[in-house]
Amino acid sequence: MLEVKNLHVQVDDKEILKGMDITVAPGEVHSIMGPNGSGKSTLAQVLAGKEAYEVTEGEVTFQGKDLLDLEPEERACEGIFLAFQYPVEIPGVANTYLLREALNAKREYRDEKPLKHVEFAKLAREKMKTLGIDEDLLKRSVNAGFSGGEKKRNEIFQMQILEPALAVLDETDSGLDIDALKIVANGVNSMRDSGRSFIVITHYQRLLNYIVPDFVHVMVDGKIVRSGGKELAHELEEKGYAEF
Amino acid sequence: MAIVFDGTRESYVGGLSEFLDSGQKDVPEWVTALRREAISGFAKLGFPTLSDEEWRFTNLEALRRGSFSIAENGISGVSEKSVDSCGFPGLDCLRLVFVNGRFATSLSDAGDAGEGILVKSLSEAISEHGDLVREHLARYADYEKDAFISLNTSYFEDGIFVYVPDGTVLEKPVHVLHVSTDEGSPLFINPRNLIIVGQSSVAKVIEHYVAASQSVYFSNAVTEVVCGENANLEHYRLEFESRKAFNFSTLRVNQQKNSNIASHSILCGGAIVRNNVHPVLAGEGCNSDIYGLFISEGRQHMDNFMRVEHASPHCDSRQFYNGVLDGRSKGVFHGRILVHEGAEKTDAKQTNRNLLLSDTAQIDTKPQLEIYNDDVKCTHGATIGQMDEEALFYLRSRGISMRQAKIIMLRAFTGETLEHMSIDSVREALEGVVMKWFEQRLQNGKRG
Repeated sequence: MLEVKNLHVQVDDKEILKGMDITVAPGEVHSIMGPNGSGKSTLAQVLAGKEAYEVTEGEVTFQGKDLLDLEPEERACEGIFLAFQYPVEIPGVANTYLLREALNAKREYRDEKPLKHVEFAKLAREKMKTLGIDEDLLKRSVNAGFSGGEKKRNEIFQMQILEPALAVLDETDSGLDIDALKIVANGVNSMRDSGRSFIVITHYQRLLNYIVPDFVHVMVDGKIVRSGGKELAHELEEKGYAEF
Repeated sequence: MAIVFDGTRESYVGGLSEFLDSGQKDVPEWVTALRREAISGFAKLGFPTLSDEEWRFTNLEALRRGSFSIAENGISGVSEKSVDSCGFPGLDCLRLVFVNGRFATSLSDAGDAGEGILVKSLSEAISEHGDLVREHLARYADYEKDAFISLNTSYFEDGIFVYVPDGTVLEKPVHVLHVSTDEGSPLFINPRNLIIVGQSSVAKVIEHYVAASQSVYFSNAVTEVVCGENANLEHYRLEFESRKAFNFSTLRVNQQKNSNIASHSILCGGAIVRNNVHPVLAGEGCNSDIYGLFISEGRQHMDNFMRVEHASPHCDSRQFYNGVLDGRSKGVFHGRILVHEGAEKTDAKQTNRNLLLSDTAQIDTKPQLEIYNDDVKCTHGATIGQMDEEALFYLRSRGISMRQAKIIMLRAFTGETLEHMSIDSVREALEGVVMKWFEQRLQNGKRG
């Protein structure tokens, strides 16, 4: 699914990722944990194609394609989804409009017919129900005036609609109360299958009680310093990142 | 012989006698007297200069150097078909067409406006309803203090006259189409419009300015609106003049008790454009909503001058102006809110947001609050920025192309003002125009 090899990335001449390696097979859930400033979010943004980040070395292959060659929108259409740590507010653009445009862009990319209004509305309603999202949220401007929890839930809602092959969740759990956390986790778990992979970036082990990962990686100073199974998360919870 | 104005103050003042002799013989004496009196304003003021505080961002040197003349010929070269193409699909409206400031009867269809309602050309109204016109014409737009109002009052030929008596609803919107044509030499055109909405009456008027060709001319429109007690008016000013035109316009509104106006100004054409919007909330409990959208490119210059005057207690005013500027164009937003003594509980709000699409576009935005009273709530805010890169990336990360993401962002930005239009077909037509304009900008390339 995804192979990141010796990835070096800098922003404003400062190197943030310093030889990052990770391989994610179809159906796997990987968790990346690490202290603030270790480069977790940078990895997420680089995978989504943020231009401010300059790749100076290494390669990223996604489903056999050179990911770094693709524009952000092409990556999305190929099946990458980033749940933003800080979802952007876009006043004046209705949530439903963004979603339909996004879904239809993806369908067009795959030479599929665009979804009609009615079909889209039906799909959206179904997904909203499972996430406990108000229908009202569809009409509101993208993230504008949303609470922190609403923003994160909205990211998961978008993920459910767009059905990516690889979803990268960048601290989607931060700032959530336990109920919202469960909703987010259910949203992810309900999508787990043998063909879909997740990279769950988090600061806290708490989320991993609800989304149980296959692998846990510890990221410090721009690279993975240790990898293990889900038990590694518990160890980190007890000992912290000090030993790294 | 055409009357030629060579740009000097003397020519505009001196040309009046010739103008009065040439085509204004059948008009009532009071109109002639008004014209003579009105020119005194321009004689005293001349064209404003940069040292004039209200004109400090708009240089009129080119206008002062320009030579203009009043059209000799009547209506020519404007076909029914071209007029139809300026219509709004599906909109059932009354249509009055003016070509170079003169009424084009054959292109107009004022139909049956309704019992007691008058929708006709101002020149007809002057001869048929002289007393009614006289009671209001030039009573609000101050020709002594404003050079352009002075010129218009002296030299106007025609425009729209709308009268809605008390307690009456004008069911259909009035579409007033002002067309400018190329007559070989630069024209001086002075459309004059008068709209009177009686007590508890309702009307919608769309002033629409278009050019049949991209020629040089000096267009100077003045619209006076009287909004009676509890009356409701929605006014549109859609400016799509020639890209070489000097284009000045004033909307002067007098609002009586509990009246409500919504004003929409869309500026798109013109080389040097100045749009004055000046409501006076004269009676208690009035509401003024003033929306504007200006889009400019190349070397266009667009000056939006607001003067919202609160003269009575308990009045609300809202100004929402958005600008989109590309190329080397320049924009000005001058938002003055004047709260008179005694206008307690005034609630005035002003917002001006500007989106710069190029590094060379420029905007000067200047709020100005003048408050002679303690018990008021006045707020203002202005923003200037580029298209939000974070938002563009967010949209792209969802699979939306860069081009489409930009279109979505622009639609959202312009929608902030357009969405307040109550006539859907007008709003949709304008959304289409704005999108076409923007797609051309995108095609022109540099921001791929």
